[in-house]
Amino acid sequence: MMTDPVMPLDGLRVLDFAQFLAGPVAALRLADLGAEVIKVERPQGGDLCRSMVVNNQRLDGDSLVFHTFNRGKKSVAADLKDPADLARVRSLIETADVMIHNFRPGVMDRIGLGYDAVRALNPRIVYGAVSGYGTTGPWRDRPGQDLLVQSLSGIAWLSGNDGDGPVPTGYAMLDLATAANLVQGILACIVRRGVTGEGGLVEVDLLSSAIDMTFEQFTCFLNDDRLQPRRHEAGNANPYQPAPYGIYKASDGYFALAMTPLARVAELFDAPAIAAFEQSDAFARLDEIKAIVARVCAERPVQHWLDVLEPAGVWCAPVLDWPAFAASDGFAALDPVQTIRTATGAEAETTRCPIRLDGTVLRGSLAGPRLGADTETILGASEETV
Amino acid sequence: MDWPLKGITVLDFSQFLAGPYASLRLLDLGARVIKIENPDGGDLCRRHYLSDTRIDGDSTLFHAINRGKESVALDLKSRKGRAVARDLIAGADVVIQNFRPGVIARLDLDFEAVRRIRPDIVYGSVSGYGDVGDWAELPGQDLLAQARSGIMWLSGNEGAGPVPIGLPIADIAAGATLATGLLGALVRQARTGQGGLVETSLLEAAADMQFEFLTTYLNNGRKRPARLPRGSAHGYLGAPYGVFETSDGHLALAMSPLARLSELLGLADLGEGAADPGAGFDRRVSIHDGIARALKRRSAAEWEEALTPEGIWCARVLTWDEMLASSSFDALELVSHVLDNRGKARSHMAAPFRLDGQRAGASRPAPKLDADGPRLRGGSAG
Repeated sequence: MMTDPVMPLDGLRVLDFAQFLAGPVAALRLADLGAEVIKVERPQGGDLCRSMVVNNQRLDGDSLVFHTFNRGKKSVAADLKDPADLARVRSLIETADVMIHNFRPGVMDRIGLGYDAVRALNPRIVYGAVSGYGTTGPWRDRPGQDLLVQSLSGIAWLSGNDGDGPVPTGYAMLDLATAANLVQGILACIVRRGVTGEGGLVEVDLLSSAIDMTFEQFTCFLNDDRLQPRRHEAGNANPYQPAPYGIYKASDGYFALAMTPLARVAELFDAPAIAAFEQSDAFARLDEIKAIVARVCAERPVQHWLDVLEPAGVWCAPVLDWPAFAASDGFAALDPVQTIRTATGAEAETTRCPIRLDGTVLRGSLAGPRLGADTETILGASEETV
Repeated sequence: MDWPLKGITVLDFSQFLAGPYASLRLLDLGARVIKIENPDGGDLCRRHYLSDTRIDGDSTLFHAINRGKESVALDLKSRKGRAVARDLIAGADVVIQNFRPGVIARLDLDFEAVRRIRPDIVYGSVSGYGDVGDWAELPGQDLLAQARSGIMWLSGNEGAGPVPIGLPIADIAAGATLATGLLGALVRQARTGQGGLVETSLLEAAADMQFEFLTTYLNNGRKRPARLPRGSAHGYLGAPYGVFETSDGHLALAMSPLARLSELLGLADLGEGAADPGAGFDRRVSIHDGIARALKRRSAAEWEEALTPEGIWCARVLTWDEMLASSSFDALELVSHVLDNRGKARSHMAAPFRLDGQRAGASRPAPKLDADGPRLRGGSAG
């Protein structure tokens, strides 16, 4: 469509002191936008994620997950408790535009790399800090782990059906949301730096991101006498949505049905029992209405219902699993997969950056770096780190 | 402190959630956001009620998403409406739209047309499924994008059927992705003077959200993640990882050393072979069964108190009321009280980040439809 875009962060240097997920994924997005990202890792083992093997899968010695989060980055090994290494890292900070860390509150201050100390070294730096629960309050020293924050933030009571226990979301949704918030704050500060010449401090935490993620429902809760929302009895997809919103089981699989006026439902599903309800019953009697729709749906296959509903303009979709999703034309059209390669030539497939810029899909073919791969080039050789 | 996007004007032609969420984030970062709405009722979200909660005539949802923005009503199908839109574009830095593919070009407000008015414009477009392929014309609605993306098979227990995430996660993720791209393009504009086109979709965001496991799936011979019979929270992680019932309430347990955990729970058999790094994955069903039995002996609060000092990663599962009662929640100052257009106090969520130590709070309600039209329709935004 157009020529390759000039990458927005071309020439900018990001130091990624973070481990695991939220911080490294924020740095990954900056790399996708053109920045040079250097991981600063402890010499013994590096980012803990290197050894966090999921589903027993590795690539070139490190966990596949590590490569997923750290593709295209460089790595320097430095022991921040060692004065010589720390001095080299401080020099490196003087050359950086952005730094990101996710140490627990207070740790970077003790090392001497808190925001004020770093700003004294490099007033233009944009400093991003990720925590679990912010820097104050009784929870600040708790592990800032995704599942735990889902549990504390009420999110576990939004999915699943009434009568189920809490149902957590089965992937690290809050880590990812936190990463996105951090990236936005950092990019905005780079815009401001273009005007003022000064950097800034961006702080994000998993709990604030959890609240933001639920902000539409949570705002309803706050302004609705603080009543805990009740999940639907069956096929719940959002406790605050009226009938027929949710998931239905057809004779051969499942489909999703979004907001639809009850009169339309009665007509298209040929369900006279629904016609007896007023539109205002869609909230008050939602479980009854959904049960009737569910009984009708169960009699025919998914494709039958899609053929009835889609031409009528009703919002519905088959529920796909990954094999079906990955084989779909919709998936192919977006071309969301890319191959990454390590220095030794080992390959894996991963997803790409979800942003298209000037009509071009942003891609990178490099896998994650070997621990300390760039220490000499970037920090210079030293007995302590080699 | 200067908010970083001070002086930047965003014209937001989008409705519902993904696009308006992106402009809300830019607003929180200091930008001015002007909603362009159809005169016949405006943003559909104004009438999209969740439960029966409404504020000042418009849905609570609408206020949550559009606080602090301005509103101009324009009929983009009329020549006059489009002329006013072009005038406003001349004074804008960012344009956001989420019409279905093709519609915006017919309105002559697509990227190419807008770029003729403002060569350095940063233009953001969010769709359901991109603009090519079989799904391009399908409604870009959150639940439907969740259904198509495989995400419904990641939560809940084995045998539960598909479990959607009970919040509009594809919309929010697409909005965040769009905001990120727009900010990247604004950085580039500041450095080079060049504008740009940023595009994303619910489906790209949904794939990106699942990238940790989707990558695993793509490289393991496409073996699906398996939800567990109980306490399932993650299809590929070894035990312990999940939510368990106790004698009173539920406890979430995240990655923790298996040997230490079995000792603390008094489960000799759990520890067997725990030194083997694969054990937590290979035997996760039986390990979870053991943990579930042991945790039933005490309440979630007791377990949390006993296990946390031992370095076990756990948390009680709270409802929103219970979370609001914690001083950690208060300390974050995430809730702002805003007077609505009738002077009644309403609670709104603040921005999810702090900048130079300050959180961008909600200070103004969402606009009435066309509240700013009389002032802004005359000419450029000012």
